[in-house]
Amino acid sequence: MAKPQPKGSPMAERSFKKEIEHLRIGAGETFRGEGILAITKALLENGVGYVGGYQGAPISHLMDVLADAEDLMAELGIRFEANASEAAAAAMLAASVHYPIRGAVTFKSTVGTNVASDALANLASGGVTGGALIIVGEDYGEGSSIMQERSHAFAMKSQIWLLDPRPNLPSITDAVTHGFQLSEASNTPVMLQVRIRCCHVHGAFQAKDNVPPPLTVKDALSEPRRDTNRIVLPPASFRHEHEKIEKRWPAAVDYIKSHGLNERFGPDAGKVGIVLQGGMYNGVIRALQRLGLADVYGDTDVPLYCLNVTYPLVEDEFLAFCEGKDAVLIVEEGQPDYIEQALRSILHKAGHAVKIAGKDVLPMAGEYTGQVMLDGIESFMVRHAPDILPDRGRAPNRPAAPPDLSEVVPGRPPGFCTGCPERPIFAAMKLVEEEMGPHQISADIGCHLFSIMPPFEIGGTTMGYGLGPASNAAFDGGGEKRPISIMGDGGFWHNGLSSSIGNAVFNKSDGVTIVVDNYYSAATGGQDILSSRASNRTKATKNPITDALKGVGVKWVRQIDRTYDVGRMRKTLRDALTTDHEGPKVIVASSECMLNRQRREKPLLAKAIKDGRRVERPKFGVDEEVCTGDHACMRLSGCPSLTLKMPDDPLRDDPIAHIDQSCVGCGNCGEVADAAVLCPSFYQADLVHNPGKAESRMARWHRRAIDWLQERRASTRLAREVVR
Amino acid sequence: MNDAAILEPKAPDMRLDQVVKLAVMAVGGQGGGVLTNWIVDLAERNGYAVQATSVAGVAQRTGATIYYVEMLPESGRQPVFALAPAEGDVDILIAAEMMEAGRAIMRGFVTSDRTTLIASSHRALAVSEKIVPGSGLADSSAVAKAAGESAARFIAFDMEEMAREAGSVISASLFGALAGSDALPFEVETYRETIRASGRGVEASLAAFEISREAAAQGRTPTTVELDKDAPAPGGTLPPAATPVEEDAGPERMAGPDGMLREWAKLSDRATALPGPVAEMARVGLRKLVDYQDLDYGRDYLDRLDAILARDRTAGGEAKAFEFTATAAKYLANAMAYDDILRVADLKTRRGRFARITDEMRAPEGTLVQVTEYLHPGSAEAISVMPRRLGAWVEARPNALRRLDWLVNRGRRVRTDRLAGFTALYLAAGLRRWRRSLLRHGREMDHIDAWMTAALGRIDSDYAHAVETLKIRRLIKGYSDTHARGLAKFDKAMSGAALVEGREDAADWTARLIAAALKDPKGEALEGALQTIRSFTTAGSA
Repeated sequence: MAKPQPKGSPMAERSFKKEIEHLRIGAGETFRGEGILAITKALLENGVGYVGGYQGAPISHLMDVLADAEDLMAELGIRFEANASEAAAAAMLAASVHYPIRGAVTFKSTVGTNVASDALANLASGGVTGGALIIVGEDYGEGSSIMQERSHAFAMKSQIWLLDPRPNLPSITDAVTHGFQLSEASNTPVMLQVRIRCCHVHGAFQAKDNVPPPLTVKDALSEPRRDTNRIVLPPASFRHEHEKIEKRWPAAVDYIKSHGLNERFGPDAGKVGIVLQGGMYNGVIRALQRLGLADVYGDTDVPLYCLNVTYPLVEDEFLAFCEGKDAVLIVEEGQPDYIEQALRSILHKAGHAVKIAGKDVLPMAGEYTGQVMLDGIESFMVRHAPDILPDRGRAPNRPAAPPDLSEVVPGRPPGFCTGCPERPIFAAMKLVEEEMGPHQISADIGCHLFSIMPPFEIGGTTMGYGLGPASNAAFDGGGEKRPISIMGDGGFWHNGLSSSIGNAVFNKSDGVTIVVDNYYSAATGGQDILSSRASNRTKATKNPITDALKGVGVKWVRQIDRTYDVGRMRKTLRDALTTDHEGPKVIVASSECMLNRQRREKPLLAKAIKDGRRVERPKFGVDEEVCTGDHACMRLSGCPSLTLKMPDDPLRDDPIAHIDQSCVGCGNCGEVADAAVLCPSFYQADLVHNPGKAESRMARWHRRAIDWLQERRASTRLAREVVR
Repeated sequence: MNDAAILEPKAPDMRLDQVVKLAVMAVGGQGGGVLTNWIVDLAERNGYAVQATSVAGVAQRTGATIYYVEMLPESGRQPVFALAPAEGDVDILIAAEMMEAGRAIMRGFVTSDRTTLIASSHRALAVSEKIVPGSGLADSSAVAKAAGESAARFIAFDMEEMAREAGSVISASLFGALAGSDALPFEVETYRETIRASGRGVEASLAAFEISREAAAQGRTPTTVELDKDAPAPGGTLPPAATPVEEDAGPERMAGPDGMLREWAKLSDRATALPGPVAEMARVGLRKLVDYQDLDYGRDYLDRLDAILARDRTAGGEAKAFEFTATAAKYLANAMAYDDILRVADLKTRRGRFARITDEMRAPEGTLVQVTEYLHPGSAEAISVMPRRLGAWVEARPNALRRLDWLVNRGRRVRTDRLAGFTALYLAAGLRRWRRSLLRHGREMDHIDAWMTAALGRIDSDYAHAVETLKIRRLIKGYSDTHARGLAKFDKAMSGAALVEGREDAADWTARLIAAALKDPKGEALEGALQTIRSFTTAGSA
């Protein structure tokens, strides 16, 4: 069991305590750091009144920074909420509807935006008084963990303005400033889109002084305001639509034009030009550099029209850019090609004859990587302006195709960490599968989704955060076998309690649900949630999941406090699958995320050992002579520390199990070997640091007796010296 | 600018070539982020404008990850850097693991016109490599070969081990290799300053940094031997298990009372006197069996080998370097040293084991090491140690069997650093003296006889097939269910071998059956191979 966490602040895998101090710097100083820190600094400089959001890559660390900066924000009178979900975060922006207070929330997109879209649509309909900024981490392309879609669609459907700044710190921080101002100028919420690498790009910008909000949320409570016209209900809601088109849109276009939010680079005139999303700027410049059409500073020979605002588009700016050009390339990542369609429509209406290239030379789907961009721009130039390409560009020296190692290099998808408490849950499920055959299993969002990969290959669908059990609803009626669903503690509190558990109770589901409780929102970086075991100064933790389950009417609830007990885990699951209880069966399997536990305990243990206190540390080992090299244990584990070695024995053909130094002694190996009746190769070695005197004396006595027995046998037999 | 200026093609900006593009490919959890931060600090320290990016999030959890850095001498104006590496446009590629180097090559990040590839030659095995019942290990030498061809410079050695020896982590030795490669125009001292400024584990990091830097400066690439050691070929060798051995122990030597050692010397001479290729395996086999049981057991083994050798000779085996007998020497030793409770108990109560564990766990002076065994014997194991008749009697009675199972079948955690737990195993190990009269032994010997008879039956008609028949023994391994599964596979492969008997390619087919059986635990591939065999053997007979 985990010891209570000693310190009182929200904890996460990565702490930004050190970097937070840089957020205090003022005008005249240079801020250095990551993109997400720059965004935080910009929020403070722009008089934000409240911030919130929900963690998820690539903006998880933005939430961590905000949480770590809570004290600093409190000094400025800024309220920080770690919202329960993206929907909750978006709903919080309601504070900017009637009050002239700037608010910002952040989440992963498009998945977070999906969840938030109810509130976002309502927010956008009524409009805002104070600047409302939604910072979305666009999880697209390499490193993404979600379906490949675009936030752009949300902006268009609700008429929320979409900023897509160039991926450097000055541009991002400018976008925060203009985002608030644009929002206020047009009474419309603004979405600021940052891509994966942009969030973690390391750079610098000129800082300004932090500004406390002119009106704080606290002050606002003293003087409540309301305006029926801003509430989404007929007849106001009909007026809202007209307002969007007649007032807010033109106001936004005005602001964008007058403040020059979209940028022009390169020569004013030219036969060809490129229109690009701001986020694509560095990629476009790199391609131009490689073609010999731009220098290191991005000074280009090709005119560029850089859309730092990708919605709404500014018609006359675009038409002016096209003036005198034969052809224009549109660089727009992802699909559908909303921007290209819109720009083509503008040209069509204006009767303009410029040729448009876009998703013909560039691919419709997939990330615009370096090579894709190079190929696309090159083919555009070759087709429309071959004369300006330097020799290298016209007859490029293509590198030969790389050697094909696809048969050699194994895939390395993400998986459970060393000592992960979720591993034994799936090992137990695998054992139950061996006994009772396969089941219909739905998975959820979170680290536990790694169960779908080898060696477990458990779970057939993932429909959304906290929707694992709900996605088995069609099977709620049961049959010969029961459906099983999996959900994490993060998903449980995010949405699962009502959408999945409430749904199952109400519909008298016959299904089995396993709630994987690892004490954190672990996949997103170990943030605290309602059921976290840590004490948190500003958040209410330690709310048991089982209480919530019982509260919504689940009668069959089993709590397992040590997931590593594979035997018990298996038995409980077996019970759930065979009990004659009617209604949902829910197992809460709880053990602390090992990554966070190690981070928390390691320094404490090191200190305890140093202080001379008694500390026990478990580790596992394999008796190499006992292991026969069948690897059955690997097929129930996949632990990074459980690996293979070749036995130093010419009689043996196959590698044997070996546990390397990274073992944290979670116990899964031994438990699985026992529960699955695999083999007796595993042993646990508990290292007792600073043992007590009596204990040491006892150990010596046992040792001596054992030594005597061993000597006795050794004197009557032959043994190989290496294993004598 | 005007139109004329645009139409006049200008030469590419020469400063573009000064932009250093560096990518780090690692396995999540290896500390790629630490290394990247060091490189950024190093660049800034040397007056470079630098930009680093990474992919964060769930992708990091033990999966392949990538970090990317670009830098250019500071000029007062911000250059435009790319945020991700592009094919054919990377100057320095640091791979923190051998297969990640392979992945980098595959993705086109390593090109012969520019890329310095710095790779650690060690392996962090992927799950797919570990779960194969046989050997599913990826081929590092194929990656090394591709690296040699694709990279402008290829520097590789085991940086993981270097870091470990220095008490540090791989980021330090990778940083050292970067310094030693001289691929960046920076003084070594600035690297050291960067490490010192990081403030944590500085001494260990510096130590790992220095050894690795020197190795890289010598331009080390792994030799074939090192690659074999660090990076196994499929089904080939992995690093030998690091069994910590006592200092005076020789891998070849036996320990025991003098009288027995004299007897041993005689037996050992007898094994050595066998024909060359046989002698080598026979010596190892003999050692294993004397260690397993006693001198008589070893003698029995040599007697059997003599008989096999005689048959081999009459079948013309001499021309084939007595391959049959050499193979028999290997698999007969394995078969005779079958894995049972007595063996496990014996190995777990050996005199040197405690020292080996203490060493393996790197237990510091003054710590106590408590050892818990995870055992789960069932009724099958209990019967196997009964005398032949009693065992057979119990086995024939379902009620007795059930009661016995109820009695013994549960997981047992045994503390072998305590006298009580140790004694239990010690007594079990002591049953070794009566092994020859136990039920299991009889079964194993019958099994060996049947197998050997089948193999010897083929030696005159198809020598190669006879050899492959011996090799089917490889499929039997493990305990309880795993063992039963192995036996089932063995039987299936034997039946397949019988089906192809008489065909010209019988040996090939049997080899294929063995390979298929080792591919997956359930034996699906084996079943498929058998189906194929059946299709043409039955078609032929119809």
